[in-house]
Amino acid sequence: MEDEQSFSDICGGRLALQRRYYSPSCREFCISCPRLSLRSLTAVTCTVWLAAYGLFTLCENSIILSAAIFITLLGLLGYLHFVKIDQETLLIIDSLGIQMTSSYASGKESTTFIEMGKVKDVIINEGIYMQKVIYYLCILLKDPVEPHGISQVVPVFQSAKPRLDCLIEVYRSCQEVLAHQEATSASP
Amino acid sequence: MPTPPPESAAPGNSRVPGMVLKAFFPTCCASADSGLLVGRWVPEQTSAVVLAVVHFPFIPIQVKELLARVQQASQVGVAVLGTWCHRRQDAEESLGHFLEGLGAIFSHEPWLQLCRERGSKFWSCKATRRQAPTCPGAPGEDQVMLVFYDQRKVLLSQLHPPVALPDHQAGDAVAGAGGLAAVFDTVARSEELFRSDRFDEGPVRLSHWQSEGVEASILAELAKRASGPICLLLGGLLSLVSAASACRVFQLWPLSFIWSKLSTCEQLRHRLEQLTFVFSTQKAENPTQLMRKANVLVSVFLDVALGLALLSWLHGKDRIGHLAEALVPVADHVAEELQHLLQWLMGAPAGLKMNRALDQVLGRFFLYHLHLWISYIHLMSPFIERILWHVGLSACLGLTVSLSILSDIIALLTFHIYCFYVYGARLYCLKICGLSSLWRLFRGKKWNVLRQRVDSCSYDLDQLFIGTLLFTILLFLLPTTALYYLVFTLLRLLVVAVQGLIHVLVDLINSLPLYSLGLRLCRPYRLAAGVKFRVLEHEADRPLRLLMQINPLPFSHVIRTYRLPSCGCHPTHSWGSLCRKLFFGELIYPWRQKGDKRD
Repeated sequence: MEDEQSFSDICGGRLALQRRYYSPSCREFCISCPRLSLRSLTAVTCTVWLAAYGLFTLCENSIILSAAIFITLLGLLGYLHFVKIDQETLLIIDSLGIQMTSSYASGKESTTFIEMGKVKDVIINEGIYMQKVIYYLCILLKDPVEPHGISQVVPVFQSAKPRLDCLIEVYRSCQEVLAHQEATSASP
Repeated sequence: MPTPPPESAAPGNSRVPGMVLKAFFPTCCASADSGLLVGRWVPEQTSAVVLAVVHFPFIPIQVKELLARVQQASQVGVAVLGTWCHRRQDAEESLGHFLEGLGAIFSHEPWLQLCRERGSKFWSCKATRRQAPTCPGAPGEDQVMLVFYDQRKVLLSQLHPPVALPDHQAGDAVAGAGGLAAVFDTVARSEELFRSDRFDEGPVRLSHWQSEGVEASILAELAKRASGPICLLLGGLLSLVSAASACRVFQLWPLSFIWSKLSTCEQLRHRLEQLTFVFSTQKAENPTQLMRKANVLVSVFLDVALGLALLSWLHGKDRIGHLAEALVPVADHVAEELQHLLQWLMGAPAGLKMNRALDQVLGRFFLYHLHLWISYIHLMSPFIERILWHVGLSACLGLTVSLSILSDIIALLTFHIYCFYVYGARLYCLKICGLSSLWRLFRGKKWNVLRQRVDSCSYDLDQLFIGTLLFTILLFLLPTTALYYLVFTLLRLLVVAVQGLIHVLVDLINSLPLYSLGLRLCRPYRLAAGVKFRVLEHEADRPLRLLMQINPLPFSHVIRTYRLPSCGCHPTHSWGSLCRKLFFGELIYPWRQKGDKRD
């Protein structure tokens, strides 16, 4: 069962939330960030090349121009491969665990999987980000030593940064799955 | 035929949802013929790890014997978990009843029944419990979730950080271990089960990742056979070398002092230790040690290869001759520059007015020292080419040894700068000590050594008079000394920086785990940081199917985990303490080698 809705992030950009309900125990949430805009790319490239041309008129060395082209290409590739995240996915499987995937614009995917035995709870927390106070969804991990303690807080959707309405949708679904898991693990 | 599992959690259903049973199924068995499922049941995670499929025809006694043998050899509780039915033709109703009858022969709790239709991607699974349910309302059937895994990759991979699973008896539960680590452990330990393939004439026909033919490599087998005698031989040679280097002659004072200061000896000792470790006849106890041995071996090979390349470059086209010819003029040039610097200091450097007398004394003293040094270099010049030629031969021991020798040569050639720095620093230090003590006298205080604090003290008039006089003299002579100290410290720091760069390069070659990086590049599933799941095509009313893949370790983690220990020649000061030492004129020793700690 698939479902798509559009929300906004903390800066006002458009986000698309895709929900897939595979079964009562397995759900997937996928947030797509806005793509790299042609306008900003053109602006940066033009700035760099104008600066290089200015330096060239001062120094009369053509290596500056080739270096500028090289730097622009490498910078763009590096940005697409290491910085620009296109999609963030949260897959929650009852009795297995929670998986977070970030797909970069170059196609690279980086995945983290947390086993259900380590997950204490999924909550919405407030935090200070630059000059704002924002809400973010995070996973609390159990402390192996102390039964009621929390060893780590893992934030989710860090680069998309959706607003509270989107987070509430994801939070409700996650809590349903966790409750379902509690019920089935309680019964022998 | 087993029917699809009844729908649970349908709206309006008052039944308690059943426990979800996870069945880990190897992808290689997905196209196998019908038969029995053999594997391990992990009760805490309610998961069944299927290791192989036993095909018809079989004799139950022989299957039980095989499982008992595997259990004893691998300490894993292997059992028959259920049945697997792959319907290739439509008219196989009788097979279904036959399979259900097998549940009576091999009893297992819960009994798993997996069925796959011909030409369909979706499977039907059923897990039944024969015992009476312990709480009313709990169903006799559980929901099944299928997780496919690549058996070969899971067998060969290693989880990081390694989860130390305790040795347990067959059939016992693994207390509290991570769920997926148990799966990896089960597959890795069950090598005995995977030893037979379909060309063997054994009584039982199995299907697993090696059933198409056991994987082996001639090179690997040859290497294993040859490694024994080679290790013995090389180990013997290395022990001879280390015994020779530990003999009494080298412990005498001048030699032992020189050995401890030269970084070449440190590097050679480090390499000797590493090679002894690699060629020791002890087998590696765990995969980490094996990895370390491989890393050291590859690192040594690369080192020697680069060294030989450097050697061939140096000895071609008479480069050594050119180098030797260029060396003495360069040393002369450096000495000349130093002379100009001293002349400049003796005049009015940067417009500052120095104390004439002290200036001349210090300047002349340093100039004389420089003159001695230049004469020494000229004395050595006929022998330099021979020395360089022999030193160049040392490159066959490795690039790191050549770089260490280069660093030592730089240290020897700039020994005069080191001497100047020491003289300047000592003078400055004395001056600062004197000034601080006389400043206290000037204020009427003194340093109490017993109490380690500053106390007031009443001085006699003549003590005060002389003290104040000396204080004034020292204070007015301070700028001159400070300037000489500053200039020579900067020169010394420059030389130390160049040596530091060379040492960083040597450290890099020494400690980079090249084998692990190569493994991560070419066989990423061998080094696993964890797993990742992908949900396969799903249809309502069918069990959920997931694909479990290995999530490889990021490169930064590979380097951090498998980094080889380096020489340990690292600067021991933080920036703050360094600045403090420089200000008070204390001598700074940039490298604390292993030998120094014993002093």
